[in-house]
Amino acid sequence: MTKRPALLALALWLIPLAFLAYFFYQPLIAIFRVVFSERFSQGWEFFEWSQVSRPLSFTFFQATLSTLLTLLVGLPAAWLFAKFDFPGRKGLRSISLLPFILPTVVVAAAFNTLIGPQGWINQALMALFNLSAPPLKLLNSLPAILMAHVFYNTSIIIRIVSSSWSRLNPRLEQAARLLGATPWQAFTKVTLPLLAPSLLSASLLVFLFDFTSFGVVLMLGGPQFSTIEVEIYNQAMNRFNLPVAGLLSVIQLGITLLVTLLQNRVNTPRYGKAALNPERSALRRPAKRWQKIFVLFMVICLILLFAVPVVSLITRSFVTLEADRGQRGEVAVGLTLRYYRELFQNRSGSIFYVPPIQAIRNSLLYAGVAILIAGLLGLLTAYALAQRARFNKFLEPLFMLPLGASAVTLGLGFLLIFNRPPWANSRFPLMIPIAHSLIALPFVVRTILPAIRSIPESLREASRTLGANPLQVLLKVDLPIVLRSLLVSLVFAFTISLGEFGATSFLSNPHAPTIPVAIYRYISQPGALNYGQALAMSSLLLLVCGLGSILIEKIRLPGEELF
Amino acid sequence: MSRKILVFTLFVSLLLAACTTTASTTDLPGEPTTLTVMTHDSFSVSQEVLSAFETANNIKVNFVKGGDTGATLNRLILESLSGSTPGADVFFGLDNTFLSRALDQDLLEPYNAPQLAQIPAEFKLDPENRALPVDYGDVCINYDKAWFKQNDLPIPTSLADLTDPQYANLLVVENPATSSPGLAFMLATIAEFGEDGWLDWWQAMKTNGVQITSDWETAYYTNFSGSSGRGAQPMVVSYASSPAAEFIYAETELSESPTASLTGAGMCWRQIEFAGILKGTQNRAAAEKFIDFLLSQPFQEDVPMQMFVFPVLPEAVIPEAFQKTVESPEQPASLPPELIASKRDAWINAWTNLMLN
Repeated sequence: MTKRPALLALALWLIPLAFLAYFFYQPLIAIFRVVFSERFSQGWEFFEWSQVSRPLSFTFFQATLSTLLTLLVGLPAAWLFAKFDFPGRKGLRSISLLPFILPTVVVAAAFNTLIGPQGWINQALMALFNLSAPPLKLLNSLPAILMAHVFYNTSIIIRIVSSSWSRLNPRLEQAARLLGATPWQAFTKVTLPLLAPSLLSASLLVFLFDFTSFGVVLMLGGPQFSTIEVEIYNQAMNRFNLPVAGLLSVIQLGITLLVTLLQNRVNTPRYGKAALNPERSALRRPAKRWQKIFVLFMVICLILLFAVPVVSLITRSFVTLEADRGQRGEVAVGLTLRYYRELFQNRSGSIFYVPPIQAIRNSLLYAGVAILIAGLLGLLTAYALAQRARFNKFLEPLFMLPLGASAVTLGLGFLLIFNRPPWANSRFPLMIPIAHSLIALPFVVRTILPAIRSIPESLREASRTLGANPLQVLLKVDLPIVLRSLLVSLVFAFTISLGEFGATSFLSNPHAPTIPVAIYRYISQPGALNYGQALAMSSLLLLVCGLGSILIEKIRLPGEELF
Repeated sequence: MSRKILVFTLFVSLLLAACTTTASTTDLPGEPTTLTVMTHDSFSVSQEVLSAFETANNIKVNFVKGGDTGATLNRLILESLSGSTPGADVFFGLDNTFLSRALDQDLLEPYNAPQLAQIPAEFKLDPENRALPVDYGDVCINYDKAWFKQNDLPIPTSLADLTDPQYANLLVVENPATSSPGLAFMLATIAEFGEDGWLDWWQAMKTNGVQITSDWETAYYTNFSGSSGRGAQPMVVSYASSPAAEFIYAETELSESPTASLTGAGMCWRQIEFAGILKGTQNRAAAEKFIDFLLSQPFQEDVPMQMFVFPVLPEAVIPEAFQKTVESPEQPASLPPELIASKRDAWINAWTNLMLN
């Protein structure tokens, strides 16, 4: 009897492990073999230490700073969502998820329309104070990188921390207060230690995302900033210095592995039943004056953080700002649908023209296949992890590693291994949904796992006693409980796939671009219409992602963790 | 909850429907030869022109895009190093800054296309005809006409002019390590000032507040005042043909382009693009036909509107919008491809150390 869970786990692991070995570890090993083969390496003299130490130290620096700033915003926000009920709470929660699933191309465009030289803020300041030049120079600077990272990752802190915060028993803090502790003491001595595991786990996840940041740094940071991932891209694609690129990606993988291991250790908060909230909902309307002020302040802050860049992008896609052209003299501002209409026109008759509907359909198609793969593998993996087997501890990190693998390195590996049919199929590049499912898998597993763990074994035993066969147990007991979190994870995987740009741009078929690839195409050509079309296309993607995030909120169980 | 499941099932079945319709499109009769062409992201051709070629020769052309020129070339080199079969039959888009690297890596097979006789000798940089010239364009500084008019500043006529304090903080360039126009412009400065003097010019430009971005997109749309981004710098390193694009893709019809190029002697770098047949191809005959097609009049005349470059074939007719808006540089700069290949990394390192530290 004791051996069964281990055997079962092993059987469940079989397919996901084979998939991962074939599609993740095989190309990774292939690329490392070429990179470090005799042909290239002449001992350890192929690189200068500064080529590694400079990006490494900047990556640590910006990731730490970004994580701290994200905590600064995320922690009060988590408290807001954990404790208070206020009008628009649900809406705000939905919006807070939006940044996390937006592709970097769109975020960069959104920030440009907001804080760029001709962004709304600079426009407003120039109009207000009658300035001839934009006063704020935020793009191409460290603050731009940090802002984008905070924008991206605050939702992670909110989700993870607020859900464990709302489950804490408020009586513990009340008891501390009764025994004479100040509110601050009660918070630091009682609440904070209880929150520590989820806080640490969330911070490490945020750190990981900041650490492997690519698009944000490349597009908003400018040339003087280079993270490890950006440097891998530079060295591999621009300089063809493969050994250095390989070395950097090994370092990045190693650090990712360390962080994931650390994160897994703190991920499962263990505290006594007494710490758990006995009531269903801890939400209170803000009663005291300071609470009202706090709620109002936080709501305004969060709207500024999440909604403003998005709204700014959408409005800009409907507004023409004619450049100060000699023949017109003054700046002409006007509303227009021109950019959207232009999306439907193939002006130059190019074979690579793609109508927006087609790009949306391509994206939906890849995403559809990606969620099928990720859902199936995610279920198997989560069930395997739910078994009590000793080797689970060692296998779990293997599945988290795709989170930190350099997209460039993996993309090059893909090219080496899968550059022929059936993988390199010109009609349907199967590698795109496969790459997307690799990226989505860790999220899917993390969402389903708690639901599976929450099913009491006694429930299954009871149904077996009543004569149900294993399939019936699965369908009648497990499925209803797991279904909802499975759906959440699938919608989540869906939006990840919609927004993915790095791997897709490597693998995509030029005749069948996804939405992010199409956006990039427009923005890489001169001309006002091309720029406008990129913004219009970004807004369309935003719409599709927005619908996804509303769907997540609708089917999410209250108080359920998302990661 | 059941309604939600229903919605979700509907959603998934819609996706599957989308799936099946794509799979069943474009089935051509008569088993055409499939020719795979590896090219860069900026490659484009009219549907009409390509279809005529495909039906006339019973060839189906399949394009694979590998990123920018450097990335595409590196991808091909990587494939050949790993010993895997080439993923393509033809490579289009090799330029003169990367020519030597491709030839040194022995990626291409020679092909003496008959059409080569019509092409001026200045474009034929590979005597063995492994890389055949198809088009050319110039990397030049674009300037915002209105800005210069309003501020009553003379238009710079040489690279040396730009170090003048009256042009302080007015130019944005791309990092040559990450951007191909950036690299081309850096090479123009080396051609102009020589290997001993070019870094001094850059030092002077640094003092004069030259702005640097990683890529052309940021330089053009965020920094440049002449684009719709309407940034702070009225001069940007771009292409001689960009004013034509601003004119053609303007929001409202214009009588002239809002931007123009600085075409003084030695200020522009001439990029010549080549195509070649990849070594080890199984479709040599079809590949030759495709190269002939690239050098034929229909494709050559299609090139300006599709890729904003100029045809190498002298008799190809250039569209009016181009004649009106694109100025030809006086003496475009150039350097021997072998010298570029041997010094490129050292030059980029020197530039990075000076400008970004």
